[in-house]
Amino acid sequence: MTTLTTFVSTSDRQRPGVRAAVRSIQVFTLILLLLIGIGPLYWMVKGAVSPPTELTTQPLALWPDRPALGNFSAAYTDLSVGRYLMNTFLVVGGSWFVQLFVSATAGFALSVLRPKFGKVVYGAILATMFVPYTVNMVSLFMTVIDVPFLHINLGDTYWAIWLPAGTNAFTVLLAKQFFDALPKELFDAARVDGASTRQLLTKIVLPMSKPVLAVISLLAVMHSWKDFIWPLVAITDPEKQPISVALAQLATQAPQDQLIAAMVLAVAPPVLVFVVCQKYIVAGLGFTGVKG
Amino acid sequence: MALLTPSRRPAAVSKEPVPPALPQRRRGTGARKQLTAWLFLVPALLVFGLFAWWPIVRSLLISFQKTNLVEPAVWVGLDNFRTLFDDPLLGTAIGNTLFFVVLGLLIGFPAPLILAAIMSTVRRGAGVYRFLVYLPVVIPPVVAILLWKWFYDPGSGLFNNVLGKVGLGPYSWLESSDSAMLSLVLEATWAGMGGAVLIYLAAMVGIPGELYEAAEVDGAGIWRRIWHVMLPQLRSVIGLLLLVQLINTVQVFTEPYIFTGGGPENSTLTVLLLIFRYAFQDGEYGQAAALSFLMVLTLALLSAVYLRATRSWSTS
Repeated sequence: MTTLTTFVSTSDRQRPGVRAAVRSIQVFTLILLLLIGIGPLYWMVKGAVSPPTELTTQPLALWPDRPALGNFSAAYTDLSVGRYLMNTFLVVGGSWFVQLFVSATAGFALSVLRPKFGKVVYGAILATMFVPYTVNMVSLFMTVIDVPFLHINLGDTYWAIWLPAGTNAFTVLLAKQFFDALPKELFDAARVDGASTRQLLTKIVLPMSKPVLAVISLLAVMHSWKDFIWPLVAITDPEKQPISVALAQLATQAPQDQLIAAMVLAVAPPVLVFVVCQKYIVAGLGFTGVKG
Repeated sequence: MALLTPSRRPAAVSKEPVPPALPQRRRGTGARKQLTAWLFLVPALLVFGLFAWWPIVRSLLISFQKTNLVEPAVWVGLDNFRTLFDDPLLGTAIGNTLFFVVLGLLIGFPAPLILAAIMSTVRRGAGVYRFLVYLPVVIPPVVAILLWKWFYDPGSGLFNNVLGKVGLGPYSWLESSDSAMLSLVLEATWAGMGGAVLIYLAAMVGIPGELYEAAEVDGAGIWRRIWHVMLPQLRSVIGLLLLVQLINTVQVFTEPYIFTGGGPENSTLTVLLLIFRYAFQDGEYGQAAALSFLMVLTLALLSAVYLRATRSWSTS
C-alpha cells in the first residue's frame, strides 16, 4: 500500500512524542473496536452455549463451566429457526433477483437504448428516493392486498416482498451510470454483427458490468436480510415469516438461552458472507456511499 | 474507485471483419426501435408504477378518505387531520422522534468522523480496523436489538454487572422513561456507525496530500491541519451524511418496536410507531395515511434545505 499523506505527516511521525501519541490512540481505538465489533458477537455465542442457570448466577463469566450445544438444536427444531431461515433465504433470493432484473433492464433501456421520454421516466424513478417506503407502508400495504387492475391479494405471499424490492431507485441509478461509461463503439460493432437488442444486453453489456452487478447484488441482499418493518406488515402467517420477524415474536415466548441460540443462528449467515466477501463489501460501500 | 470503472477488455464481439458497406439493417428505424426500448423498461415501469408511484399518490388520497379495507372508501375532507391533531399522542410522538434525532446527532454524528480520522492515520492493519468497524452493520437489526435488550437487563445484563464492578449503578436503562430513549440511541449508534466511518474514510483518503504538505510548510500543526484542511475538504460529505442520518433517524421504528413497544409511559413512542399503531392495530388507515403525508412533507423539506445549502456552498 502506498503511504498516504494525512494530517499526520512523515516528519510528525519522526518526532517521538507525536509518534507515541499516535500509536497509543491507534492501539486504544483497536481495543475499542474489538470490544464493540467482536465483543457483542462473542457474548452472544457465549450466551448461546451457557446453561440457563449460569446465565443468571455468573453473568460475567467469560465462558461457561459446562458449555452445552443443546440450545442450538433446540432452537433449530423446537423454535422452528430452521424453517424461518429457509423462509429468509427465499425472501432474500427473490428480492435479489427482482432488484437485479429491474435495475439491469431499466439501466440498459435508459442508458443504451434511450427511448423518447426516457429522461422523464428516469426522473420519476429517482424522485422516489425522497419518499422512503417505510413512510408509505400503509398505502403500500393496501396496494399489495389488492393490486390495481389485477385485483389479486399478494398479502402473505413472498411476492408482496419480492416485487416492491424492485423499486430501489439507487440501484437503477448505479446500473445506468455504469452502463453510461461503457464504450459505445462496442454496441455499434455488435449491432453490425447482427446482435439483437437482447443479445446486446446479455452478451455485451452484462458481462462487462460484473463490478456494478456485484455491488447491486450486495446492497439488495444486505437490505432484504436486514429488513424488518415491511416483512412484519406484509407476512402475518407465522409459517411464512422470515427470521427477523419471527425472532421479534419468539423474544416474548422462548426461554432466554434458546432465544440467544436462535439469534446466533440468524446472525451466522450474514456474518459469514461478510467475512468471506469483506474486501468487496468494504470497497463497494465506501464507494457507493450511503445505502446500508 | 476501480470497482465501478468498466473493464475495457473487448467483450465477446465476433472477430470476423465487419462486412464493408452492407446496407445496415436499421432495426425498423423510429417506431420499432422505440418499442424495443420501452419493452426493456416494462419491468421497471410495472414495479415502480404499482409499488412506488401509485402508493405515493394513494397515500395522499387515503389521507382524505375513511376506509376499513372492506367497504368502499368515503371522502371525509380534513377529518383525518382533525382527529390526528386531536390525539394527544401525536405531540408526544413528534417530541420523542425529535429527541431521538437530536440525541442521535449529538452522539452518533461526531463518533464516526473521529473514528475515521484516527483510522486514516493507520498504515499497517488498516483492513482489520475496517472489518471491525463494519461488523455491527451486517448484524440484522432485530438480532442486534434483542442482544442489547439482554445487555440492558437490570439483573443479569452485561452493562449493570460490569458497571457494578466499578461501583456504578444499577441503572434502569429501558425501564425508566428518563433513560429509555438514550438506551435506544446508544444501540442505534453502534449499529449504524460503520457505514458512515467507511464513507468518511474514503473521502479522507481522497484528500490530496499536497494540501497537508503546504499547510505544514506554512507552519500549521496537526490540529490546525485537521481544522483548516481536512474538515473543509470533507464539507460536502459531512453535509450529505448529516442529511442521510436525519432522514434515517426521523423514520426510527424497529428500535422502539422491539426494545420497548413505545413505553415506558409512551416515552419511546415515535411517529412511525404511531403510524403503525393507527393502521395495523386500530384499523384507522386514513389517519395513518394523513400522518404519513406529514412525514413525507418533512422529509422533502429536509432534502430541499440540504439542496439549497449545498448550492450556496458550491457558489461561495
